[in-house]
Amino acid sequence: MTDKKLVIAGKEYNSRLMVGTGKYKDFDETRKAIEVSGAEMITVAIRRTNMGQNSDEPNLLDYLSPDKYTFLPNTAGCFTAEDAIRTCRLARELLDDHTLVKLEVLGDQKTLFPDVIQTMQAAEVLIKEGFEIMVYTNDDPIIAKQFEDMGCVAVMPLAAPIGSGLGIRNPYNILTIIENANVPVVVDAGVGTASDAAIAMELGCDGVLMNTAIAGAQDPVLMASAMKKAIEAGREAFLAGRIPRKRFASASSPIDGTIF
Amino acid sequence: MKLTVNGEQKELDDGTALQVLIDEMNLEGKRYAVEVNREIVPKRQHPEYVLKEGDVVEVVHAVGGG
Repeated sequence: MTDKKLVIAGKEYNSRLMVGTGKYKDFDETRKAIEVSGAEMITVAIRRTNMGQNSDEPNLLDYLSPDKYTFLPNTAGCFTAEDAIRTCRLARELLDDHTLVKLEVLGDQKTLFPDVIQTMQAAEVLIKEGFEIMVYTNDDPIIAKQFEDMGCVAVMPLAAPIGSGLGIRNPYNILTIIENANVPVVVDAGVGTASDAAIAMELGCDGVLMNTAIAGAQDPVLMASAMKKAIEAGREAFLAGRIPRKRFASASSPIDGTIF
Repeated sequence: MKLTVNGEQKELDDGTALQVLIDEMNLEGKRYAVEVNREIVPKRQHPEYVLKEGDVVEVVHAVGGG
């Protein structure tokens, strides 16, 4: 069967895997891993340029072109609505009126859990300014729905804390978020390995966004390949419809015709 | 005049245009965005935008992130 394409803010994507560009050894490894992952949407961070920058110093955009990938500038590192708003405005200027952003406003350094109240304040302002927001949030179905109602183009609940690799800690909440949603639901953060990504997709997520799980692997390029397959396998399993869980056995071979 | 650029103190001649500061930072051919006192200054305005004492300038670019 042919799957319908993922559509975010009116644009179609063949890949349901979205990847970050941080934590790689160098830009060459970044490019290779992203190519192998098959991702079409990649996140970038917005940071100060170095003062007196050496003009031949390599730049991320020399390796990954905004013509080839859909850039998703993030507001990582922002702990207030105001900083997140400023970062999105800078991203729009930087990428020539690009309005698709990943909004995240963090609560504290230890957990990097979202500060949902600040995130909502930022979302309200940014949506009025014409931004298309993919919002990083808790695995809270009530809050997820509120972000959708505000006009966010995708809701991105965490699976577990950013960079923790703990996998999906609350699959029932993720399932409820998916069942309630009329916008794409993308699990963002907490995936540790391929099976975590497959589980997210089997639950019915529209996509998964990850960075550390690939960039932090012993072999990032190989893990990128594993993630691509896990996303595809999980999606197919979701579409195929898994069997119900049963407590006791159910024989796979016929009982009729046995020789005893 | 003294101003702050990317968190660092900087001394520039009075009446310096934003573009002059940008040129000093060797950013030709690169993508960057500029904010002065928390307001975006669009690229096309950089040549005529005159900096003043105490301005807080942020020049940013895209880096790897998740």
